[in-house]
Amino acid sequence: MTDASVNSSEPRRKVSLTETDERTKRRNAAEARFRMYGIAAIAAGLVFLVVLLTTILSNGTGAFQQTFITTEVYLDPSKLDKKGQRNIDDIKKVSTFGYAPLVQNALLKEVTDAGIETPLTKRKHMKALISASAAAQVRDFVIANPDRIGDTVEFRILASSRVDGYLKGRVFRESVARDKNIDAEHLDLVDALVPLGVVNKEFNLDFILGADASESRAEQAGLGVAMLGSFFMMLVVLGLSLPIGVATSIYLEEFAPQNRFTDLIEVNISNLAAVPSIVFGILGLAVFIQFAHLPQSAPLVGGLVLTLMTLPTIIISTRAALKAVPPSIRDAALGVGASKMQAVFHHVLPLAMPGVLTGTIIGLAQALGETAPLLLIGMVGYIATNFPEGLASGFLDPNSAMPAQIYEWAKRADPAYYERAWGGIIILLVFLLTMNIIAIILRRRFERRW
Amino acid sequence: MPVFWLILSVLGLGGAGYVAGRQRALASAGGDSRNLHSLPSYYGSNLFIKTVVPAFVLLIIWLLVQPFIIENRVIGLIPTGEIAEGSNINLVMAEVRRTAEGLDNIVALGLMDADEARNVRADISDVTQRLKEAGQVVTSAITQPILLAAQEYRTSSAAGSLYMTIAVFVLAIAGMLFGMKETHRDFRARNIVEASVKILLIAAASIAILTTVGIILSLIFNTVEFFRLYPASQFFFNPTWLPSFGGGLDHDGNPLSKLGILPLLWGTLYISLIALVVAVPIGLFAAIYLSEYATSQVRSIAKPLLEILAGIPTIVYGLFALLTVGPMLISIFGDGSLGWMKAGTAVMTAGLVMGIMLIPFVSSLSDDIINAVPQAMRDGSYGLGATKSETIKQVVIPAALPGIVGAILLAASRAIGETMIVVLGAGAAAKLSLNPFEAMTTVTAKIVSQLTGDADFASPEALVAFALGMSLFVMTLGLNVFALYIVRKYREQYD
Repeated sequence: MTDASVNSSEPRRKVSLTETDERTKRRNAAEARFRMYGIAAIAAGLVFLVVLLTTILSNGTGAFQQTFITTEVYLDPSKLDKKGQRNIDDIKKVSTFGYAPLVQNALLKEVTDAGIETPLTKRKHMKALISASAAAQVRDFVIANPDRIGDTVEFRILASSRVDGYLKGRVFRESVARDKNIDAEHLDLVDALVPLGVVNKEFNLDFILGADASESRAEQAGLGVAMLGSFFMMLVVLGLSLPIGVATSIYLEEFAPQNRFTDLIEVNISNLAAVPSIVFGILGLAVFIQFAHLPQSAPLVGGLVLTLMTLPTIIISTRAALKAVPPSIRDAALGVGASKMQAVFHHVLPLAMPGVLTGTIIGLAQALGETAPLLLIGMVGYIATNFPEGLASGFLDPNSAMPAQIYEWAKRADPAYYERAWGGIIILLVFLLTMNIIAIILRRRFERRW
Repeated sequence: MPVFWLILSVLGLGGAGYVAGRQRALASAGGDSRNLHSLPSYYGSNLFIKTVVPAFVLLIIWLLVQPFIIENRVIGLIPTGEIAEGSNINLVMAEVRRTAEGLDNIVALGLMDADEARNVRADISDVTQRLKEAGQVVTSAITQPILLAAQEYRTSSAAGSLYMTIAVFVLAIAGMLFGMKETHRDFRARNIVEASVKILLIAAASIAILTTVGIILSLIFNTVEFFRLYPASQFFFNPTWLPSFGGGLDHDGNPLSKLGILPLLWGTLYISLIALVVAVPIGLFAAIYLSEYATSQVRSIAKPLLEILAGIPTIVYGLFALLTVGPMLISIFGDGSLGWMKAGTAVMTAGLVMGIMLIPFVSSLSDDIINAVPQAMRDGSYGLGATKSETIKQVVIPAALPGIVGAILLAASRAIGETMIVVLGAGAAAKLSLNPFEAMTTVTAKIVSQLTGDADFASPEALVAFALGMSLFVMTLGLNVFALYIVRKYREQYD
């Protein structure tokens, strides 16, 4: 140390070892400071994590609840079936525009029956409270049950997203002043209707299982279709990347000779692991869509792109698992007359399987959360309202995926969609968490230490 | 026969071959499998391979080649006069394919019988009308040559797939017979089967190479195409990024769009720099604390918790930047207080959030590297009377420095290639500015916006994305190779 050499030229002062001198104090303080930096860094990292998670939870839980209006709608025969013959084709001719007034009348009736003082006394005024989806809901009911025309039927319909936002504390009286969709009087009316039980907030299963809705109907949008899209994509990824990854790893670990070709494969795998995900999107666009003419936006293409992205992860973990199987297993198998191929497939691979599956699940979890390549192959920008009709349609018809749907919601102008985006993230994270926990359990329970 | 059923029936034939092969081998050994060279199932598998593999190879080749041949034949039928001004043969061919498809569908719907679809000649307008009525997409009115070409296209495709079915079946059966003939108790079935499995393994391993080749080819072809339409010097040195909406040329013949990569590179590097300024100190100190100070209990809790940050998808960080960090920064630096920041999307927003994302990346890599420094070096330092922090600062870190630099470079390559955070958090304006509170954009964000926009795919406005992707690929690859080189060189010192 330089200090020591400087000091040694001076005559040594006599100090007791039990007494800390200036320099020792300084050094100890530096030590404590340095340690503090470390603790501060860890704390900062953990604080970021906590902030991130609380932000997600506090913003997203609202999406799982939705405001509903329960009201009795009179299915007026003079509007819905003018000919009175209950002919299904005649009934189908009445569009949702014919149903909207019925729903509005029903709500108006609730308001006047309850004797609520409000300046909103016209049927048209009720429009702001009711979701545009309500008319379609009633129409679907009537077409399914034409004999109920003329009855008064109780419906649970969606409230408009502004009303929903008001009850969730997202929309305020000040903020609606410039909003042409709703006025402060409407909010007063909602306040009066809540204690009557006409307007209430409930758990909304449709957010998890439902389809996406158009830009103006945030209250109706759900993640279900996108979830199916992700599911089909993951099927493709699992079906391709597991066999290919395992085959590659077996070749590289057990059979590959030391030569240029093997080196080339190894270099390529490690490079692919580091290529930005967006580049895989470009590859998918150029090769699968432009060159091979596979359908745009299809989960099949998304799955293919994600397979290529996931392969390095699976290969790396599978190779580690194969490496961990001791050579004595191979030697024993070869010793009793198995061929090399038999030794690998009958003995080494089954023993490595827990490690392989763990790696595969982690790879799948990564693929499930990946967004950027999906943007380029067209899995955003349209509204995923149709559930796939079967297996082939699930793979080949345009669909969205969970992260792509979240991105789509985040881009829409209505703040009601931001809540949906956060809610979608909660669902996505629940999936990722489940997958990772399964991976950890697999590792804990089945991994053997030799 | 549709390809799907063809594949299924060939597989079925293969399955039959498996059973037959097994039985034949056993029969040749007098029912005692001990007299066979290989296990009975290997004889079955051998027959399965002989049946299925050549047939499928033929099927794939046929499916790849047939469209080219048919297209060449059909192109010959289209008179050159038919190709309109400003159009080209490819567009006409697309029209032919659409018409043929429309005819197929209309027959499938039962609106026209097969003979009629093959022979309708006279009334063109009637065909167009009927196609439209059946809900088939037909752009312009179909002209006589296009209809003729479409009919030729249909008949040749139908004939082609008929021949294909026959050929594939014949080959499958021939393969099966050949396999049957060689199945005998002394035949070395296992060697054949295992050699085939090995070929399959090598093919799987080659997919990694194919992917790289695919990436490079798709980038290079489209980049070259872009540079044919747009001067390379403009792309690399023009300091403005301003794609014009419709594309096109000005009166001097220069493209209207200004597609200079410089502002995008600047935005990318600036955001990455801020991300590294956040991530490197925190990540490095966290790694030092975890590897040198923390008890094993603290370590076993803090390390996985930090790594959760790495497992969170980037879309979550993007949303966090857009909806939480952006508004928060506005309330601190925005118009209300300091007035530096105009909008929530800015270099600072994206940089901060990306920094958070990179913390576990830097910390776990540095952790590994610090742990790799031999304990003897620390002990030597303690023996000379150094405190723990002095040992770390003057012995451990210098020894681990190349590895740490490598880790930082890897983190930088991550930051450069990150997409979702910048798409949502950094804004869309391409600017060359030093103010970190201004919106800027990056290479990745522009790749997304150019390829998801409305631009025609053959226009320089869309093709520029491939040139950007190429630059990105080269940058990240270079950084990675360099980083791995440094890390590897360092690791060799202590092994």
